[in-house]
Amino acid sequence: MKKLILLAVFALASAVTYAGGYRVSLQGNKSLAMGHTGVAVINSSELVFFNPAGLVYLEDKFNVTAGMHGVFSNIAYQDAETGANARTDSPMGTPLYFYASYKATDWLAFGLGVYTPYGSSVEYEDDWAGSHLVNNIDLQAIYIQPTVSFKINDKLSFGGGPIYVTGSVNFNRNLNRTLTDLEGNRANVTIDASGVSSWGWVASAMFNPTDNLHIGATYRSEIILDAEDGDADFENVPNSPLTPFADTTFNASLPMPAEMTVGMSYDFCESWTVAFDFNRTFWNVYNSLDIDFKAEDIPDSKNARNYKNSSIYRFGVQYDATKMFTLRAGYYFDESPVREGYFAPETPRNDSNNFTAGLTVNIGEHLQIDASFLYSHFKEVDASYNYYFENGVAVPFSGTYKTNAFVPGLGLTYKL
Amino acid sequence: MKNILKYTFALLAIGFVSCEPEFDSPVTDDGFYTSGTANLSKYVSVGNSLTAGYADGALYITGQKNSYPNIMAQQFAFAGGGEFYQPLMNDNIGGLLLGGAQIAENRLVLAVDANGNPGPVRLEGTPTTDVSNKLSGSFNNMGVPGAKSFHLVAPGYGNVAGVPTGAANPYFARFASSESATVIGDAAAQNPTFFSLWIGNNDILSYATSGGVGVDQTGNLDPSTYGSNDITDPNVFASVYSQMVDALTAGGAKGVLINIPEVTSIPFFTTVPFAPLSPLNPDFGPQIPALNAQYALLNQAFAYLGVPERSIQFSMSGPSAVVVQDESLVDISAQLTQVLIGGGLDVPTATIFGLQYGQARQATSSDLLVLTSSSVIGTLNSDRLAQLIAMGVPQEQAAQLSVNGITYPMQDQWVLIPAEQQSISTAAASYNATIETLAGAKGLAFVDARAALARVANGGIAYDGGVLTSQFVTGGAFSLDGVHPTPRGYAYTANLIIRAINETYDATIPTVHIGNYATVTLANN
Repeated sequence: MKKLILLAVFALASAVTYAGGYRVSLQGNKSLAMGHTGVAVINSSELVFFNPAGLVYLEDKFNVTAGMHGVFSNIAYQDAETGANARTDSPMGTPLYFYASYKATDWLAFGLGVYTPYGSSVEYEDDWAGSHLVNNIDLQAIYIQPTVSFKINDKLSFGGGPIYVTGSVNFNRNLNRTLTDLEGNRANVTIDASGVSSWGWVASAMFNPTDNLHIGATYRSEIILDAEDGDADFENVPNSPLTPFADTTFNASLPMPAEMTVGMSYDFCESWTVAFDFNRTFWNVYNSLDIDFKAEDIPDSKNARNYKNSSIYRFGVQYDATKMFTLRAGYYFDESPVREGYFAPETPRNDSNNFTAGLTVNIGEHLQIDASFLYSHFKEVDASYNYYFENGVAVPFSGTYKTNAFVPGLGLTYKL
Repeated sequence: MKNILKYTFALLAIGFVSCEPEFDSPVTDDGFYTSGTANLSKYVSVGNSLTAGYADGALYITGQKNSYPNIMAQQFAFAGGGEFYQPLMNDNIGGLLLGGAQIAENRLVLAVDANGNPGPVRLEGTPTTDVSNKLSGSFNNMGVPGAKSFHLVAPGYGNVAGVPTGAANPYFARFASSESATVIGDAAAQNPTFFSLWIGNNDILSYATSGGVGVDQTGNLDPSTYGSNDITDPNVFASVYSQMVDALTAGGAKGVLINIPEVTSIPFFTTVPFAPLSPLNPDFGPQIPALNAQYALLNQAFAYLGVPERSIQFSMSGPSAVVVQDESLVDISAQLTQVLIGGGLDVPTATIFGLQYGQARQATSSDLLVLTSSSVIGTLNSDRLAQLIAMGVPQEQAAQLSVNGITYPMQDQWVLIPAEQQSISTAAASYNATIETLAGAKGLAFVDARAALARVANGGIAYDGGVLTSQFVTGGAFSLDGVHPTPRGYAYTANLIIRAINETYDATIPTVHIGNYATVTLANN
C-alpha cells in the first residue's frame, strides 16, 4: 500500500494539469484526481457538472459534495535580447464547487451545482516589460446550475438544466510603453466590473451498454458575459489635452466558450475503474477583447485574441483499495487555444501535460474526505503577441515563457 | 493512515518548494551574459550634460534615470556590473537654486495652447535643488552639464563660491569632493574598472548655439582666456583629453570613448527654415509690395557697388528668406550711405540704411537659424527701436526698420553662417581625430556618435514602434531643447555604446528596446 502511493506520487510529480485559455478545469476532487474525467463515471454528485444524466444512476438517495482547490500558478518570462525578466506573484486562486443530488424516484433525480469553470488570476510586477499588455487581471465566473435527470431504462438516461452565471473582471494595464506623468509614474487604466450575469444551459446523456461500461456525452452552452457600464479608472495621466484620459465607464464582452465532452468508463476486476474523456472547447468565439470606453475622446481598446477551438484528452484510473480508501490517478493533455503570434501574457498558455492523483477516505458510511493534487507542466516556449499597436505600427511583445501550476484540493462528500 | 498523510504532506512540501518555473538557461544566471575581457564591477561615466541625462533644457530626476550611463549600468548588471549611483536632483521640475535664488531654468514640457497648438513651454513651479546643499559620497555618474573638455581637469570647478561668477559649475558644486577637486580627479579616485568618456561637445556647441557670437580660439593655447561661447583650440582639447584618458586608465580600467556629433544633426539648427516668411501670413503678406519698393532702392545701390548678390526681395508667391547679418561680408556701410545719398535719399535715413545693411543679405539654404530664433523672426526688436528713436528717427519709421529678419537683419546670435559652421566642423574633425586615435592607441572601445547621429538625422533609425528621427518634437530622438536627447535618444545612445563594448571586449551585454523609453513629456501648466 505504502509503495503504491509513493509510486503514484512520483508519477504525478512529472505531470501537470491546468486548462488552456482561462478555463479552469477544477470541478471536483474525485474527478480531478482521475485527470478530470467524469462524463461517464458514476461515483458522486460531481456528475451535476460532468454529466447530469448520470445522477439518476447514483446509488444513494441524497448526495452532497463540496470542496475547493488552491491554485498556485506561476509564470516566468524573459527576453534574452534585453535581459528583461519577470515572475508573476499571483494570489492563490480558490475555485470552489458544491453539488447536491436527490433521487426523487427510481427514474428521476434532481441536482444543483455551483462551480467556477472559468477564471484567471495573474499578477505581474507593475511596470514589468509587458505592462502595456497587462499588469494584473482577476477574472471570475460562478456558474449556478439546477438540473433534472431521468432514465429511460437502465441503459439510457438524459439530463440537463439552465445555467445562471455571475461574473466579475478587474484588469489593469499601462496605457502604452512610455506614457508617464511628470514624476515618471506610468499612466495606466483599471477596468472593473462585477455582478455581470448571463444565462446558458447544459444537456447530457448517458448510455450503459453493459453493467461495466458507461458512455457519456455533455454539452455546455457558450455564455457571453456582457459587462456594461463598468468602471474605467485612469491613473498617472499627464495633464494635457493630448491625453484626454479621464475616468469613464466601459462596455466589454467576455465569452465563456461552449464545451462538449464525450467519454467512457469501464469497471474491471471489481475494484478498478478506468475512464477516458475528450473535451472540445469552442474557443473560436474569443476573437477579440474589445473595451469600449464611453468617453468619446478615449480610443477604444481592441485586443485581438483569435483563439482556436481546442481539445483536451483525459485519462483516469480509480482503485478501491480498501473499504476505507479509494485511490485515483490520471493524466491529461491540454491543447492551447492560442495561435502563434497571439501569445498574450495575461493567459500565456501553451500545450500542457497534466498529472493528477488523489484519494477518498471513507469515514463511516456517510462521510467521505476527497483529496486531489494536480501538477500542470508547460514546456518552455518562445512566443510573441504581435497585435499590440502604437500609432498604427504593430509592436510585437516576445520572449520566453515558462509556466506551471500545482493545485492541491480538498473536499467533503456526504451521502444518505 | 498516519503514514499516508505523512507522505502526502511530504509530497506537497516538495511541490511547494519546487513550484517556481525555471528556464533551461535563465538570463539572471551568472554567465548568461558576459563582460568578456572587461570588468564592469565599478563603472564610472565622465562627461557633460549628455552624460548627466540633461534634457528639455534642465536636469531632473526622471531625465537622470534615463541617462545613457544609467541605462548602460542597468544592462551591465546582467554581466557583473555593480551599483550605479547618480547625483540625483531633488525634483522633476528641473532648475537650480543658489542660496534660494533661481540660477537655472525649469524644464521644458510640451503644452497645448489655447488654439490647440502644441509647443514647448517652461514648466511652472519653484525648483527645490539648491546648489549649496552638498551631496555626500561619490557618484558613478560624473556627467557635469555645461562642462567643456578643459573644465574637467580644472581645480575649483566644483567650488560653490565660484558659481556666481561663472568660475565654477553649479552641477559639479553639488557633489565635488572638495572645493579644489577636479571632475576627472573625483572620477579616477573611485578606482573604476570601467569608464566611459564623452566630452568635447560643449567645446563647439556653445559657440554653435549662440549663433557663433564667440571666438574660434584655434591657436590660443590658454583656455583661461576663453569666453564661454568660444571654440576650444584642438591642441588644448587633445592635451586635456589624453590627460583624462591617462587618469582613467591609470588603474588598468577598460573603457569606451565617444566622439562628437555634427551640430547639423540636431534639431536646434535644423528646425527653423532659412525661408520662413510666408506671403500667406496676414501680418507679412500685405506688406510685401511696400517692403520690396523700399528694398529696390537698396538693391540698386548694391548693384552699383558691385555686390548684387546682397539684393533683398520678398516673394509674393512663395516663402522668402529672412534678412541676416553676415559678419563675414565686407562692411560697405560707408559706401552704401554715400551711394544712397547720391541717389537722393536724405542723409539721416541713408546713414541708418548704410549702417543697418552694410553686412546684410538674405539667408540661403547654407545658413542655419537657431531654434530660439523662431520666436524672434517677424517680431519688433525693441532694442533696435529704442536705438533708432534715440538717433532721432521718427517712431513710425523706426518701428518699420526694427522688424527682426524682415527690415532689421537677424543678428549674429540667431544664425550660423557658413563661415561659422566651417570653424565648428574643422574643430570637431580635429577633436574626433584625437578621440579615435587615442581609442586605438589605448585599445579602448570607440563609438562613432557622429556617424550614428547623422543616420538619425538623415532618414532615421527604425525600431519596433516606428522610426527614430531628429525631427523636432515628433521625431522622438531629441528633447524639447532641440539639443539633448529624449530618454529614447539616450537609450539609442546606450545601445550604440553597448555594441561597441561587446565588439571590443568580446562581451555579450544585452541591449534595450528603445521603444520602451519615452520621448517628450506632455503637460499643461
